[in-house]
Order: sequence, then structure tokens, then C-alpha cells
Amino acid sequence: MTREPRGSRELEELMTAAVQRATADFARRAEDEDLVDVAYANVDSPFGPMLTAVTDKGLVTVVIDGDDETHLDRIARDISPRILESPARLDGVRRQLDEYFAGQRRDFDTPVDWRLVRGFSLKVLQATAAIPYGRVSTYKDMAIQAGSPKASRAAGNALGSNPIPIVVPCHRVLHTGGGLGGYGGGLPMKKFLLELEGSL
Amino acid sequence: MDLPPFQELIDTHATTVYRFLAARVGFVEADDCFQETYLAALRAYPELKEATNLRAWLLTIANHKAIDNQRATGRRPRPVATVPDKAVDQPPLKERALWALVGDLPVKQRDAVLHRFVADLPYADVGAAMGCSEDAARRSVFEGVKKLRERLA
Repeated sequence: MTREPRGSRELEELMTAAVQRATADFARRAEDEDLVDVAYANVDSPFGPMLTAVTDKGLVTVVIDGDDETHLDRIARDISPRILESPARLDGVRRQLDEYFAGQRRDFDTPVDWRLVRGFSLKVLQATAAIPYGRVSTYKDMAIQAGSPKASRAAGNALGSNPIPIVVPCHRVLHTGGGLGGYGGGLPMKKFLLELEGSL
Repeated sequence: MDLPPFQELIDTHATTVYRFLAARVGFVEADDCFQETYLAALRAYPELKEATNLRAWLLTIANHKAIDNQRATGRRPRPVATVPDKAVDQPPLKERALWALVGDLPVKQRDAVLHRFVADLPYADVGAAMGCSEDAARRSVFEGVKKLRERLA
């Protein structure tokens, strides 16, 4: 009986498996040695996978516009380029988002890292974070709470560039007349979230 | 300095680095060298001044780790008392002979051949990874391959 010569495809598969194993071992050691400043992973949502990222301080971003690369590049520039994919570090966030989308969670108790937000935007988004589940507010009210009653438009911009949507619930902010306004993940998503919370 | 997220260095270059190390120190030691390479890279990464050739940077580190590893395994007693309890797949005899010959080449030629044919780098990157010019890299590969041909003949 002759032995089949090992095909090059089989060798490729062995190599791929070896690289995957070595990479996983490296990632574990990097975590053990505290070398990972930002860990990210995809989390499932009714709108498809969303990239989420945490630092040692807390949740730093939730990407709902699908442009993962731009958001990760920005984190590399503004926080640290020591960024690794590390699903285990996102387990808590994943569980809470799952529960939220299933209608079983009203408040997130994951800590938030605000480092990507500064100045007026930070004030607006911190006011937004205080809007309770099932309630809505307006761009104008957020401007007032941030200390600049005339800055509705600037408040709208701050909400539009919210790096931590859903957990910092910018979807609960509407136009004064009741119009939905805008949303980074698209209006159908904003409508979905408001319906989920019983606000629409 | 705008550095890409470190994960990109894994997604794009892990296979190249692993291939290089496997050829350089063998599969058994490649895992450890690979992890040491990427850990060293991750430690140094935020301080990196030049991000134009990250692959060459990684391979330079990998080469240092391979040298460290060979020094260490040279000092360590080789475990020969234990007998494997199952068959281990070995590459065919001819292939093993070739790798042994590659390992016997002068250091510069050996590294140039591995970078070129195992890591599949273009000559400019072989030079960058070895800290020499593209022409010098091309010469080293040429000399190395010539020697291999002679010895295999």
C-alpha cells in the first residue's frame, strides 16, 4: 500500500492551525502581562454584529455605523495602539447588551471610559446618560443641561458623534417637535430602540 | 506617529513570522519564539518611530528571538531519555535534508534564503529585515541558493 503524499493544501491547513494556536497563546500572555490597553470584539445585535471595545477603565466604544476600521484607528491614535481582539474581555458587555436587546435589561451597569469625548460634548453625553429607560428628551434640553441653552445644534453634533451609543442612550434624544432627529446607526435602528423601550 | 491597531500586525503578518521561525528554529521551538516575538513587539509598539515597514520590524525581532532560543537550547540538555508514545509526522527525507543544508549555510545567506523563500518577502523587504541594501540581500540569496544547488547535486 502506498501512502498518499501529503498535499500542499493539507500542509497549509496545518500551518494555519499552528499560527492560530500560537496567536491565541500570545494573546493570553499579553493579557496576563497587562500589555493590552484596548480589547475589542464583535457583539451580536438585531442589526448585525457590532464592534465593542473596552479599556481598563470601562466601555470605550460601541460601533453602530459599521465603520470598524475608522473607529479602531481613532482609538489607536487617541488612546493607545496596543489594541487586540479579545472576546473574553467583552463577556460582561456582551451579556448586558444581549439582555437589553431581549427586553430584559433597562440599565447598563458596565463602567464607561469617556476618554474619546471632551469639553461640551462630554457634558451633553453625560446628561444623555442620565435619561432613564422608557423616557425621551430633546436636543434643546440636552443643550440646557450642558450649560449652553442656545447650543441645540452643537448638542445635536455631540450626540451624532457619541462613541458609546445604546449604552449612552443618544437614541432617547428627539427634536423638540417630536421628530426623530438623526441616528448614527440609521433611523430604523433608532425607531427600533425606542419601540423596544416602549417610548414609541 | 499614527500606528495601526496592533491586531493588524497579527492579522497581516502572523503567518509570515511563524513560517520564518519554523524554518529557522523548527516547529517545536517556533511556538515559543513566535509568542516572544509578538510580546516584545507589543511592549515596544507605542514607542515605535517608523511604521512604514512593520513586517521587516517584526522579522528583525523574530530573528533576535531565534538567536536567543538557539543559545538557550544549546545550553539546555536535550530530552532524549523519553520515548514518544505515538508516531510523529516527519517531513519527507528529501525535505529534511534540504532544511539541514539551509541551516548549514553562512548566517547571512541562511537568513536571506529564509526571508525570501519561506517568509516570501520581496528583496527590498529582505534587505529591510536584515539591515542591508536590497542589492546585498539579492546577492546573499543568490549565493545561498547556489551553494544549496551544489550541495544537493
